[in-house]
Amino acid sequence: MRNDPHLTGLVGPVVHDEIVAARAPWSHRVDAGQTLRVIDVEGNQAVDFLLYAADDDAERYSAQDTIAAQANIFLRTGSALLSSEGRAMMTITGTSVEYHDTIGGACSCESNSLRYGHHTKAQHSCVDNFLEANLRDGRGKRDIVSNVNFFMNVPVEPDGVLGIVDGISAPGLTVDLRADMDVIVVVSNCPQINNPCNGFNPTPVRMIVTA
Amino acid sequence: MSARLSDPVAARAHARAMEGTIVEAMPTLPPKADDLPPGVAADALVWEETIAGGGYASRILSRGTRVRLIDLEGDACASLLLFNAANPAERLNIADTVKVQWDAYPTVGSVLLSDMGRAMASIEHDAAATHDAFCGPSNEAANQRRYGDGRNSGAHPNARDRLLLGAAKHGLNRRDVHPCINLFKGVAIAADGTVVPHLGPFEPGRALVLRAEMELIMVIANCPHVLDARPWTITPLRATAWRGPVTATDDPIRTATAERRRAFLNTEDLYRR
Repeated sequence: MRNDPHLTGLVGPVVHDEIVAARAPWSHRVDAGQTLRVIDVEGNQAVDFLLYAADDDAERYSAQDTIAAQANIFLRTGSALLSSEGRAMMTITGTSVEYHDTIGGACSCESNSLRYGHHTKAQHSCVDNFLEANLRDGRGKRDIVSNVNFFMNVPVEPDGVLGIVDGISAPGLTVDLRADMDVIVVVSNCPQINNPCNGFNPTPVRMIVTA
Repeated sequence: MSARLSDPVAARAHARAMEGTIVEAMPTLPPKADDLPPGVAADALVWEETIAGGGYASRILSRGTRVRLIDLEGDACASLLLFNAANPAERLNIADTVKVQWDAYPTVGSVLLSDMGRAMASIEHDAAATHDAFCGPSNEAANQRRYGDGRNSGAHPNARDRLLLGAAKHGLNRRDVHPCINLFKGVAIAADGTVVPHLGPFEPGRALVLRAEMELIMVIANCPHVLDARPWTITPLRATAWRGPVTATDDPIRTATAERRRAFLNTEDLYRR
Protein backbone atom coordinates (compact mmCIF):
# COMPACT_ATOMS: atom_id res chain seq x y z
CA MET A 1 0.00 0.00 0.00
CA ARG A 2 2.72 2.48 0.96
CA ASN A 3 4.31 1.83 -2.42
CA ASP A 4 1.45 3.90 -3.81
CA PRO A 5 3.21 7.10 -5.00
CA HIS A 6 0.12 9.14 -4.12
CA LEU A 7 0.84 8.40 -0.46
CA THR A 8 4.41 9.69 -0.47
CA GLY A 9 5.08 11.90 2.52
CA LEU A 10 1.85 11.13 4.36
CA VAL A 11 2.55 9.88 7.87
CA GLY A 12 -0.66 8.96 9.70
CA PRO A 13 -2.92 6.01 8.98
CA VAL A 14 -5.25 6.37 6.00
CA VAL A 15 -8.83 6.72 7.25
CA HIS A 16 -10.48 7.53 3.94
CA ASP A 17 -9.46 7.03 0.30
CA GLU A 18 -11.79 7.78 -2.57
CA ILE A 19 -11.71 8.56 -6.27
CA VAL A 20 -14.03 11.41 -7.22
CA ALA A 21 -15.28 10.82 -10.74
CA ALA A 22 -14.81 13.46 -13.38
CA ARG A 23 -17.57 16.13 -13.18
CA ALA A 24 -18.87 14.88 -9.81
CA PRO A 25 -19.55 16.53 -6.43
CA TRP A 26 -17.97 15.25 -3.21
CA SER A 27 -18.44 16.03 0.46
CA HIS A 28 -16.64 14.68 3.51
CA ARG A 29 -16.09 15.56 7.15
CA VAL A 30 -12.46 16.06 8.15
CA ASP A 31 -11.78 16.32 11.87
CA ALA A 32 -9.34 18.73 13.47
CA GLY A 33 -5.81 17.36 13.18
CA GLN A 34 -6.55 15.11 10.21
CA THR A 35 -4.92 15.77 6.84
CA LEU A 36 -6.71 15.77 3.50
CA ARG A 37 -4.57 15.14 0.43
CA VAL A 38 -6.10 16.09 -2.93
CA ILE A 39 -4.41 14.41 -5.89
CA ASP A 40 -4.63 15.76 -9.43
CA VAL A 41 -4.49 12.25 -10.86
CA GLU A 42 -4.25 13.01 -14.56
CA GLY A 43 -3.10 16.64 -14.35
CA ASN A 44 -4.60 20.16 -14.69
CA GLN A 45 -7.94 19.26 -13.15
CA ALA A 46 -9.52 22.16 -11.26
CA VAL A 47 -10.91 21.13 -7.87
CA ASP A 48 -13.45 23.69 -6.68
CA PHE A 49 -13.40 23.60 -2.89
CA LEU A 50 -15.51 25.01 -0.03
CA LEU A 51 -15.34 24.53 3.73
CA TYR A 52 -18.00 24.74 6.42
CA ALA A 53 -17.41 24.57 10.17
CA ALA A 54 -18.86 21.23 11.24
CA ASP A 55 -20.36 22.69 14.42
CA ASP A 56 -21.87 25.80 12.79
CA ASP A 57 -22.11 25.75 9.04
CA ALA A 58 -23.01 29.46 8.86
CA GLU A 59 -19.27 29.84 9.42
CA ARG A 60 -17.60 28.98 6.12
CA TYR A 61 -14.53 29.48 4.00
CA SER A 62 -13.90 33.12 3.13
CA ALA A 63 -11.67 33.79 0.15
CA GLN A 64 -11.55 37.48 1.01
CA ASP A 65 -10.52 36.99 4.65
CA THR A 66 -7.90 34.49 3.47
CA ILE A 67 -6.48 36.91 0.89
CA ALA A 68 -6.50 39.88 3.27
CA ALA A 69 -4.76 37.99 6.07
CA GLN A 70 -1.86 36.84 3.88
CA ALA A 71 -1.92 39.94 1.61
CA ASN A 72 -1.63 37.67 -1.41
CA ILE A 73 -4.18 36.20 -3.80
CA PHE A 74 -2.34 32.91 -4.35
CA LEU A 75 -2.59 29.92 -2.03
CA ARG A 76 0.74 28.25 -1.33
CA THR A 77 2.30 26.03 1.30
CA GLY A 78 1.62 27.74 4.63
CA SER A 79 -1.56 29.49 3.52
CA ALA A 80 -4.28 29.33 6.18
CA LEU A 81 -7.80 29.00 4.76
CA LEU A 82 -9.77 31.38 6.98
CA SER A 83 -13.46 31.41 7.77
CA SER A 84 -15.96 34.23 7.52
CA GLU A 85 -15.21 34.78 11.22
CA GLY A 86 -11.48 35.09 10.56
CA ARG A 87 -10.57 31.70 12.06
CA ALA A 88 -8.24 29.13 10.49
CA MET A 89 -10.25 26.22 9.06
CA MET A 90 -7.48 24.35 7.23
CA THR A 91 -3.82 25.06 6.51
CA ILE A 92 -1.93 24.03 3.37
CA THR A 93 0.92 22.01 4.84
CA GLY A 94 2.44 21.09 1.50
CA THR A 95 1.81 21.23 -2.23
CA SER A 96 3.78 20.21 -5.29
CA VAL A 97 2.09 22.95 -7.34
CA GLU A 98 3.51 26.48 -7.16
CA TYR A 99 0.21 28.10 -6.25
CA HIS A 100 -3.56 27.66 -6.33
CA ASP A 101 -6.40 30.07 -7.08
CA THR A 102 -9.04 31.62 -4.85
CA ILE A 103 -10.24 34.60 -6.91
CA GLY A 104 -11.82 32.81 -9.88
CA GLY A 105 -14.92 31.44 -8.19
CA ALA A 106 -16.94 28.52 -9.49
CA CYS A 107 -18.44 28.04 -12.93
CA SER A 108 -22.23 28.09 -13.11
CA CYS A 109 -24.78 27.55 -15.84
CA GLU A 110 -25.66 31.22 -15.47
CA SER A 111 -22.13 32.65 -15.60
CA ASN A 112 -21.34 30.33 -18.50
CA SER A 113 -24.11 32.10 -20.40
CA LEU A 114 -22.17 35.35 -19.97
CA ARG A 115 -18.70 33.97 -20.56
CA TYR A 116 -19.41 31.77 -23.55
CA GLY A 117 -23.02 32.25 -24.66
CA HIS A 118 -26.46 30.89 -23.95
CA HIS A 119 -25.68 27.72 -25.92
CA THR A 120 -23.74 26.49 -22.82
CA LYS A 121 -26.75 26.72 -20.48
CA ALA A 122 -27.36 22.96 -20.50
CA GLN A 123 -23.78 22.08 -19.56
CA HIS A 124 -22.99 20.82 -16.06
CA SER A 125 -21.27 23.24 -13.68
CA CYS A 126 -19.51 23.55 -10.34
CA VAL A 127 -22.30 25.57 -8.72
CA ASP A 128 -24.71 22.75 -9.54
CA ASN A 129 -22.27 20.32 -7.89
CA PHE A 130 -21.96 22.60 -4.83
CA LEU A 131 -25.74 22.82 -4.62
CA GLU A 132 -26.21 19.06 -4.88
CA ALA A 133 -23.62 18.34 -2.19
CA ASN A 134 -24.87 21.10 0.13
CA LEU A 135 -28.55 20.27 -0.23
CA ARG A 136 -27.87 16.82 1.23
CA ASP A 137 -26.76 18.55 4.46
CA GLY A 138 -29.55 21.11 4.57
CA ARG A 139 -27.50 23.94 3.13
CA GLY A 140 -28.56 25.77 0.00
CA LYS A 141 -27.80 28.50 -2.46
CA ARG A 142 -27.18 31.14 0.21
CA ASP A 143 -24.34 29.00 1.55
CA ILE A 144 -22.31 29.13 -1.64
CA VAL A 145 -19.53 31.70 -1.49
CA SER A 146 -16.25 32.36 -3.29
CA ASN A 147 -14.25 29.13 -3.25
CA VAL A 148 -10.74 27.74 -3.65
CA ASN A 149 -9.75 26.32 -7.02
CA PHE A 150 -6.95 23.84 -6.44
CA PHE A 151 -4.77 23.17 -9.50
CA MET A 152 -6.23 26.21 -11.32
CA ASN A 153 -4.20 29.17 -12.56
CA VAL A 154 -5.67 32.69 -12.59
CA PRO A 155 -2.96 35.32 -13.01
CA VAL A 156 -3.63 39.09 -12.85
CA GLU A 157 -1.75 41.15 -15.44
CA PRO A 158 -0.31 44.59 -14.57
CA ASP A 159 -3.24 46.31 -16.32
CA GLY A 160 -5.76 44.27 -14.34
CA VAL A 161 -6.63 41.74 -17.04
CA LEU A 162 -7.34 38.48 -15.26
CA GLY A 163 -8.35 35.09 -16.55
CA ILE A 164 -8.15 31.35 -16.27
CA VAL A 165 -5.13 30.19 -18.28
CA ASP A 166 -3.29 26.95 -18.89
CA GLY A 167 -2.68 25.08 -15.68
CA ILE A 168 0.62 24.70 -13.83
CA SER A 169 -0.31 21.32 -12.40
CA ALA A 170 0.61 17.90 -13.77
CA PRO A 171 -0.35 14.24 -13.26
CA GLY A 172 0.09 13.13 -9.67
CA LEU A 173 0.65 16.55 -8.14
CA THR A 174 -0.92 17.09 -4.74
CA VAL A 175 -2.03 19.52 -2.09
CA ASP A 176 -2.14 18.59 1.61
CA LEU A 177 -4.48 20.35 4.01
CA ARG A 178 -4.43 20.01 7.78
CA ALA A 179 -7.79 20.60 9.42
CA ASP A 180 -7.51 23.29 12.12
CA MET A 181 -11.11 22.68 13.20
CA ASP A 182 -13.72 20.03 12.38
CA VAL A 183 -14.83 20.89 8.86
CA ILE A 184 -17.18 19.73 6.14
CA VAL A 185 -15.30 19.75 2.85
CA VAL A 186 -17.48 20.29 -0.23
CA VAL A 187 -15.88 19.78 -3.62
CA SER A 188 -16.87 20.08 -7.25
CA ASN A 189 -14.59 18.17 -9.55
CA CYS A 190 -14.93 20.84 -12.19
CA PRO A 191 -16.86 19.84 -15.32
CA GLN A 192 -16.01 23.00 -17.30
CA ILE A 193 -15.17 22.34 -20.98
CA ASN A 194 -15.01 25.90 -22.31
CA ASN A 195 -11.69 27.07 -20.88
CA PRO A 196 -8.28 25.58 -20.00
CA CYS A 197 -9.03 24.96 -16.29
CA ASN A 198 -9.36 21.23 -16.92
CA GLY A 199 -7.33 21.04 -20.10
CA PHE A 200 -10.72 20.87 -21.87
CA ASN A 201 -11.04 17.32 -20.53
CA PRO A 202 -12.41 16.81 -17.00
CA THR A 203 -10.71 13.91 -15.20
CA PRO A 204 -10.98 12.12 -11.82
CA VAL A 205 -9.23 13.27 -8.66
CA ARG A 206 -8.33 11.30 -5.55
CA MET A 207 -9.04 12.24 -1.94
CA ILE A 208 -7.04 10.68 0.90
CA VAL A 209 -7.62 11.51 4.57
CA THR A 210 -5.03 10.54 7.18
CA ALA A 211 -5.45 10.66 10.91
CA MET B 1 -28.79 66.52 30.62
CA SER B 2 -29.35 66.60 34.32
CA ALA B 3 -33.05 67.51 34.37
CA ARG B 4 -35.22 65.21 36.43
CA LEU B 5 -37.33 63.01 34.17
CA SER B 6 -39.27 61.20 36.84
CA ASP B 7 -42.65 61.43 35.14
CA PRO B 8 -43.72 60.64 31.55
CA VAL B 9 -44.71 64.21 30.80
CA ALA B 10 -41.23 65.47 31.57
CA ALA B 11 -39.69 62.57 29.65
CA ARG B 12 -41.91 63.35 26.66
CA ALA B 13 -40.97 67.01 26.73
CA HIS B 14 -37.32 66.08 26.94
CA ALA B 15 -37.58 63.71 23.99
CA ARG B 16 -39.54 66.15 21.86
CA ALA B 17 -37.10 68.96 22.59
CA MET B 18 -34.58 67.08 20.45
CA GLU B 19 -36.52 67.83 17.27
CA GLY B 20 -34.47 69.68 14.72
CA THR B 21 -31.12 68.49 16.00
CA ILE B 22 -28.61 68.33 13.18
CA VAL B 23 -25.53 66.12 13.33
CA GLU B 24 -22.98 65.29 10.69
CA ALA B 25 -24.05 61.70 10.04
CA MET B 26 -27.79 61.35 9.59
CA PRO B 27 -30.46 60.91 6.92
CA THR B 28 -32.31 63.93 5.58
CA LEU B 29 -36.08 63.39 5.35
CA PRO B 30 -37.54 64.20 2.99
CA PRO B 31 -34.33 64.04 1.00
CA LYS B 32 -32.86 67.34 -0.06
CA ALA B 33 -29.70 67.97 -2.03
CA ASP B 34 -28.54 71.15 -3.75
CA ASP B 35 -25.89 69.52 -5.90
CA LEU B 36 -27.82 67.11 -8.11
CA PRO B 37 -26.36 66.60 -11.58
CA PRO B 38 -27.79 68.70 -14.43
CA GLY B 39 -31.05 67.27 -15.70
CA VAL B 40 -31.99 65.56 -12.44
CA ALA B 41 -35.19 67.09 -11.03
CA ALA B 42 -35.38 67.81 -7.31
CA ASP B 43 -38.46 65.60 -7.01
CA ALA B 44 -36.52 62.62 -8.42
CA LEU B 45 -34.43 62.51 -5.25
CA VAL B 46 -35.14 59.41 -3.15
CA TRP B 47 -32.30 59.19 -0.60
CA GLU B 48 -29.96 61.62 1.12
CA GLU B 49 -27.91 60.35 4.02
CA THR B 50 -24.48 60.82 5.53
CA ILE B 51 -23.18 57.52 6.89
CA ALA B 52 -20.90 57.87 9.90
CA GLY B 53 -17.36 56.63 9.97
CA GLY B 54 -17.88 53.19 11.50
CA GLY B 55 -21.55 53.25 10.51
CA TYR B 56 -23.74 51.42 8.03
CA ALA B 57 -26.89 51.82 5.99
CA SER B 58 -29.20 49.63 3.94
CA ARG B 59 -31.89 50.50 1.45
CA ILE B 60 -34.18 49.10 -1.23
CA LEU B 61 -33.55 50.66 -4.63
CA SER B 62 -35.68 50.53 -7.74
CA ARG B 63 -34.35 49.55 -11.13
CA GLY B 64 -32.88 52.63 -12.82
CA THR B 65 -32.09 54.43 -9.57
CA ARG B 66 -28.73 56.19 -9.47
CA VAL B 67 -26.80 56.07 -6.20
CA ARG B 68 -24.04 58.60 -5.78
CA LEU B 69 -21.53 57.88 -3.04
CA ILE B 70 -19.12 60.65 -2.00
CA ASP B 71 -16.02 60.10 0.10
CA LEU B 72 -16.49 63.43 1.86
CA GLU B 73 -13.13 63.72 3.59
CA GLY B 74 -10.93 61.20 1.80
CA ASP B 75 -10.97 58.30 4.23
CA ALA B 76 -14.31 56.58 3.66
CA CYS B 77 -14.38 52.87 2.80
CA ALA B 78 -17.74 51.67 1.49
CA SER B 79 -18.04 47.90 1.76
CA LEU B 80 -20.98 47.02 -0.47
CA LEU B 81 -23.40 44.09 -0.61
CA LEU B 82 -26.15 43.77 -3.21
CA PHE B 83 -29.17 41.44 -3.23
CA ASN B 84 -32.02 40.95 -5.65
CA ALA B 85 -34.80 42.53 -3.55
CA ALA B 86 -37.41 40.03 -4.78
CA ASN B 87 -35.18 37.00 -4.20
CA PRO B 88 -32.23 37.76 -1.91
CA ALA B 89 -30.76 34.31 -2.55
CA GLU B 90 -29.51 36.03 -5.69
CA ARG B 91 -26.67 38.35 -4.70
CA LEU B 92 -23.52 40.06 -5.88
CA ASN B 93 -20.90 37.53 -6.97
CA ILE B 94 -17.58 39.31 -6.84
CA ALA B 95 -15.63 36.38 -8.33
CA ASP B 96 -17.93 36.30 -11.35
CA THR B 97 -17.75 40.10 -11.58
CA VAL B 98 -13.97 40.09 -12.08
CA LYS B 99 -13.78 36.80 -13.99
CA VAL B 100 -16.59 37.37 -16.49
CA GLN B 101 -15.33 40.87 -17.32
CA TRP B 102 -11.66 39.78 -17.40
CA ASP B 103 -10.82 42.70 -15.11
CA ALA B 104 -9.54 42.78 -11.53
CA TYR B 105 -10.28 46.47 -11.00
CA PRO B 106 -13.92 47.52 -11.31
CA THR B 107 -14.31 51.18 -12.29
CA VAL B 108 -16.45 53.31 -14.59
CA GLY B 109 -18.12 51.06 -17.17
CA SER B 110 -17.87 47.93 -15.01
CA VAL B 111 -20.98 45.96 -14.17
CA LEU B 112 -21.53 44.29 -10.80
CA LEU B 113 -22.83 40.81 -11.59
CA SER B 114 -25.08 38.51 -9.63
CA ASP B 115 -24.53 34.80 -9.09
CA MET B 116 -27.36 34.27 -11.58
CA GLY B 117 -25.47 35.84 -14.46
CA ARG B 118 -27.33 39.12 -14.34
CA ALA B 119 -26.32 42.79 -14.27
CA MET B 120 -27.16 44.10 -10.77
CA ALA B 121 -25.58 47.55 -10.98
CA SER B 122 -23.31 49.50 -13.32
CA ILE B 123 -20.62 51.98 -12.34
CA GLU B 124 -21.77 55.02 -14.32
CA HIS B 125 -19.24 57.50 -12.94
CA ASP B 126 -16.07 57.01 -10.92
CA ALA B 127 -13.80 59.82 -9.80
CA ALA B 128 -11.96 57.49 -7.42
CA ALA B 129 -10.87 54.39 -9.37
CA THR B 130 -9.34 52.94 -6.22
CA HIS B 131 -11.56 50.03 -5.28
CA ASP B 132 -10.99 46.53 -3.95
CA ALA B 133 -12.66 43.32 -5.08
CA PHE B 134 -10.31 41.04 -3.14
CA CYS B 135 -9.92 41.78 0.57
CA GLY B 136 -13.50 41.93 1.76
CA PRO B 137 -14.69 43.47 5.01
CA SER B 138 -12.81 43.59 8.27
CA ASN B 139 -14.01 41.07 10.86
CA GLU B 140 -14.20 41.17 14.63
CA ALA B 141 -11.01 39.17 15.11
CA ALA B 142 -9.03 41.52 12.84
CA ASN B 143 -10.34 44.62 14.60
CA GLN B 144 -9.71 43.06 17.99
CA ARG B 145 -6.06 42.55 17.01
CA ARG B 146 -5.64 46.01 15.50
CA TYR B 147 -7.76 48.23 17.76
CA GLY B 148 -8.27 46.10 20.85
CA ASP B 149 -11.98 45.77 20.11
CA GLY B 150 -14.15 45.05 17.09
CA ARG B 151 -17.69 44.78 18.41
CA ASN B 152 -20.72 46.69 17.16
CA SER B 153 -21.16 47.98 20.70
CA GLY B 154 -17.65 49.37 20.91
CA ALA B 155 -15.76 52.23 19.33
CA HIS B 156 -14.16 50.17 16.53
CA PRO B 157 -16.92 48.14 14.87
CA ASN B 158 -15.87 45.77 12.09
CA ALA B 159 -17.30 45.97 8.59
CA ARG B 160 -18.60 42.38 8.49
CA ASP B 161 -20.73 42.85 11.57
CA ARG B 162 -21.97 46.19 10.21
CA LEU B 163 -22.97 44.44 6.97
CA LEU B 164 -24.64 41.75 9.02
CA LEU B 165 -26.78 44.33 10.86
CA GLY B 166 -27.69 46.03 7.59
CA ALA B 167 -28.63 42.72 5.96
CA ALA B 168 -30.57 41.63 9.06
CA LYS B 169 -32.88 44.63 8.68
CA HIS B 170 -34.13 42.87 5.54
CA GLY B 171 -34.59 39.50 7.21
CA LEU B 172 -31.18 38.19 6.15
CA ASN B 173 -28.56 36.58 8.39
CA ARG B 174 -25.00 35.26 8.63
CA ARG B 175 -25.50 32.98 5.62
CA ASP B 176 -26.22 36.03 3.50
CA VAL B 177 -23.17 38.23 4.16
CA HIS B 178 -21.42 37.34 0.94
CA PRO B 179 -18.04 38.55 -0.38
CA CYS B 180 -18.22 42.31 -0.89
CA ILE B 181 -16.55 45.04 -2.90
CA ASN B 182 -14.78 47.81 -1.01
CA LEU B 183 -15.29 51.18 -2.69
CA PHE B 184 -12.85 54.13 -2.35
CA LYS B 185 -10.09 52.05 -0.75
CA GLY B 186 -8.16 50.15 -3.40
CA VAL B 187 -5.64 47.41 -3.95
CA ALA B 188 -3.37 46.38 -6.80
CA ILE B 189 -2.29 42.79 -7.43
CA ALA B 190 1.41 42.24 -8.16
CA ALA B 191 2.69 39.51 -10.47
CA ASP B 192 3.52 37.24 -7.53
CA GLY B 193 0.02 37.70 -6.16
CA THR B 194 0.92 40.27 -3.51
CA VAL B 195 -1.95 42.57 -2.56
CA VAL B 196 -0.64 46.14 -2.60
CA PRO B 197 -3.00 48.47 -0.70
CA HIS B 198 -3.83 51.97 -1.95
CA LEU B 199 -5.60 53.35 1.08
CA GLY B 200 -5.00 57.08 0.88
CA PRO B 201 -5.92 59.37 2.46
CA PHE B 202 -7.29 60.70 -0.80
CA GLU B 203 -8.50 64.16 -1.76
CA PRO B 204 -11.92 64.95 -0.29
CA GLY B 205 -15.07 64.70 -2.36
CA ARG B 206 -14.37 61.81 -4.73
CA ALA B 207 -17.70 60.55 -6.11
CA LEU B 208 -18.92 57.30 -7.62
CA VAL B 209 -22.34 56.74 -9.21
CA LEU B 210 -23.95 53.31 -9.33
CA ARG B 211 -26.93 52.60 -11.56
CA ALA B 212 -29.31 49.93 -10.24
CA GLU B 213 -30.02 47.44 -13.02
CA MET B 214 -32.48 45.41 -10.94
CA GLU B 215 -34.63 45.90 -7.85
CA LEU B 216 -31.97 45.84 -5.15
CA ILE B 217 -31.30 45.61 -1.46
CA MET B 218 -28.09 47.58 -0.98
CA VAL B 219 -26.10 47.27 2.24
CA ILE B 220 -23.14 49.56 2.93
CA ALA B 221 -20.69 49.48 5.82
CA ASN B 222 -18.26 52.37 6.29
CA CYS B 223 -15.40 50.99 8.38
CA PRO B 224 -11.60 51.11 7.98
CA HIS B 225 -10.25 48.85 5.24
CA VAL B 226 -9.04 45.54 6.65
CA LEU B 227 -5.45 46.29 5.56
CA ASP B 228 -5.43 49.86 6.89
CA ALA B 229 -2.61 49.80 9.45
CA ARG B 230 -3.17 53.32 10.73
CA PRO B 231 -4.81 54.01 14.06
CA TRP B 232 -8.62 53.90 13.61
CA THR B 233 -9.20 56.19 10.60
CA ILE B 234 -12.57 56.39 8.88
CA THR B 235 -14.48 59.46 7.69
CA PRO B 236 -18.13 59.97 6.70
CA LEU B 237 -19.66 58.71 3.49
CA ARG B 238 -22.47 60.58 1.77
CA ALA B 239 -25.16 58.67 -0.15
CA THR B 240 -27.57 60.40 -2.53
CA ALA B 241 -29.97 58.58 -4.83
CA TRP B 242 -32.42 59.66 -7.50
CA ARG B 243 -34.83 57.96 -9.87
CA GLY B 244 -33.67 57.35 -13.41
CA PRO B 245 -34.61 55.45 -16.54
CA VAL B 246 -34.06 51.73 -16.92
CA THR B 247 -30.98 51.12 -19.05
CA ALA B 248 -31.66 51.27 -22.78
CA THR B 249 -30.54 48.64 -25.27
CA ASP B 250 -28.01 51.04 -26.80
CA ASP B 251 -26.44 52.04 -23.46
CA PRO B 252 -22.66 52.32 -23.89
CA ILE B 253 -21.85 50.30 -20.76
CA ARG B 254 -24.23 47.54 -21.84
CA THR B 255 -22.94 47.35 -25.40
CA ALA B 256 -19.22 47.61 -24.58
CA THR B 257 -18.57 43.85 -24.46
CA ALA B 258 -20.26 40.59 -25.35
CA GLU B 259 -20.30 39.54 -21.69
CA ARG B 260 -22.05 42.72 -20.57
CA ARG B 261 -24.60 42.50 -23.40
CA ARG B 262 -25.54 39.02 -22.23
CA ALA B 263 -25.66 40.12 -18.57
CA PHE B 264 -28.23 42.78 -19.47
CA LEU B 265 -30.18 40.27 -21.60
CA ASN B 266 -30.34 38.02 -18.54
CA THR B 267 -31.55 40.88 -16.31
CA GLU B 268 -34.24 41.78 -18.83
CA ASP B 269 -35.29 38.15 -18.89
CA LEU B 270 -35.85 38.32 -15.11
CA TYR B 271 -38.46 41.04 -15.61
CA ARG B 272 -40.10 39.46 -18.67
CA ARG B 273 -43.41 38.27 -17.19
